[in-house]
Amino acid sequence: MSKVKVARKSTLIDMTAMSDVTVLLLTFFMLTSTFVKKEPVQVATPASVSEIKIPDTNILQILIDPTGKVFMSMDKQADMVETLDKVSGELGMSFTPEEVKIFRIQKTFGVPMKSMKAYLALKPEKQDEILKDYGIPTDSTDNQFKTWVKCARATNPDLRIAIKADSKTPYKVIKDVMNSLQDLRENRYNLITSLKKESAN
Amino acid sequence: MAELQTNEGGGKKKGGGSKQKKMSVHVDFTPMVDMNMLLITFFMLCTSLSKPQTMEINMPSNDDKIKTEDRTKVKESQAITLVLSGGDSIFYYTGKPDYNDHNSLKLSSYKASGIRSLLMSRNTEAVSKIAVLKQKKLELKISQKDFTDQVAEIKNGKNTPVVIVKAADKSTYKNLIDALDEMQICNIGKYVIDKIGPAEFALLKNKKDALKQNSGAKLNP
Repeated sequence: MSKVKVARKSTLIDMTAMSDVTVLLLTFFMLTSTFVKKEPVQVATPASVSEIKIPDTNILQILIDPTGKVFMSMDKQADMVETLDKVSGELGMSFTPEEVKIFRIQKTFGVPMKSMKAYLALKPEKQDEILKDYGIPTDSTDNQFKTWVKCARATNPDLRIAIKADSKTPYKVIKDVMNSLQDLRENRYNLITSLKKESAN
Repeated sequence: MAELQTNEGGGKKKGGGSKQKKMSVHVDFTPMVDMNMLLITFFMLCTSLSKPQTMEINMPSNDDKIKTEDRTKVKESQAITLVLSGGDSIFYYTGKPDYNDHNSLKLSSYKASGIRSLLMSRNTEAVSKIAVLKQKKLELKISQKDFTDQVAEIKNGKNTPVVIVKAADKSTYKNLIDALDEMQICNIGKYVIDKIGPAEFALLKNKKDALKQNSGAKLNP
């Protein structure tokens, strides 16, 4: 006899709690993470048990890819410009203010000085594409790498050198880089590694 | 739901008969959640959580002005030389090798049973002392500063071995890092990366040839 009444329920879902959670997560990510730097080559660093963290500032990072190409990056743009100025002075070159402006915003540099002008004239997308085919010359006849490090050191005496190399890089390339650094009496430097999962024992 | 209830007109007390007006203000948080999710996705994809680790090394100066007499001499009995070679192989010799006999160069491995156990056995004193210190630190008996100071002192003690790492051109960067890692694990304070000399290179080549012959002989008797 009696009709079954279907109660009308609103289908609204309370999103307040959800919002709380997402904001919390967002805050966590913003505070703990650091932005990935754009690098011209993918480098898988070897693992080690060392737990020293690398400092954030005053770093001259030397990036070595598996085929032995060397790139460099610095964290301060002002230092980069001054270093370029010194290097070009040493090699008897000069750059226009426009070219310096483009060089300033480079994340990583690694072009032989003789191709630098042509490289800086390219569009940014083209630069990214082409950069991985270059690399700073490290051979003994034309050791521009040495010049770069020397000038970077002259620009910023507090600079710390960090080598980031791929685990498959042949030791020969590393040796060349280390020898160049030794010639400049840069006897203290950092090797960037990732954390090994297994415990020390 | 996120809502606000406003009681308008003070209702009950004043006008007994007047209707109570209840207004609820709903705020829909769904777009807010959408936006947050987008932002989270962005942060997860574009940032990295882990900071890279680093290993600090000091290289010897190759200044020619330093006289040979001023260079640190290493006791023959304390020296272990690791020779890193291609194909992830590692060899070692203690003291001075006999350059004419390839048997003075011994084959080892990067595994825990290989080079690590050798270095551990040569450095038992320091390892056990540091283990005691670590326990003390865990029990909060000594401060972090004291701990690092004492560890450094033990590592540079008199009877600790000196390890010379010599890498051949064919070895990889990973081999070098692994070898340096063993120094950390085995608490060796005195180690150096050196260039491989022609005599050692010839010795390494002889040893490899001998190993090849051996394995060949086993396969084809």
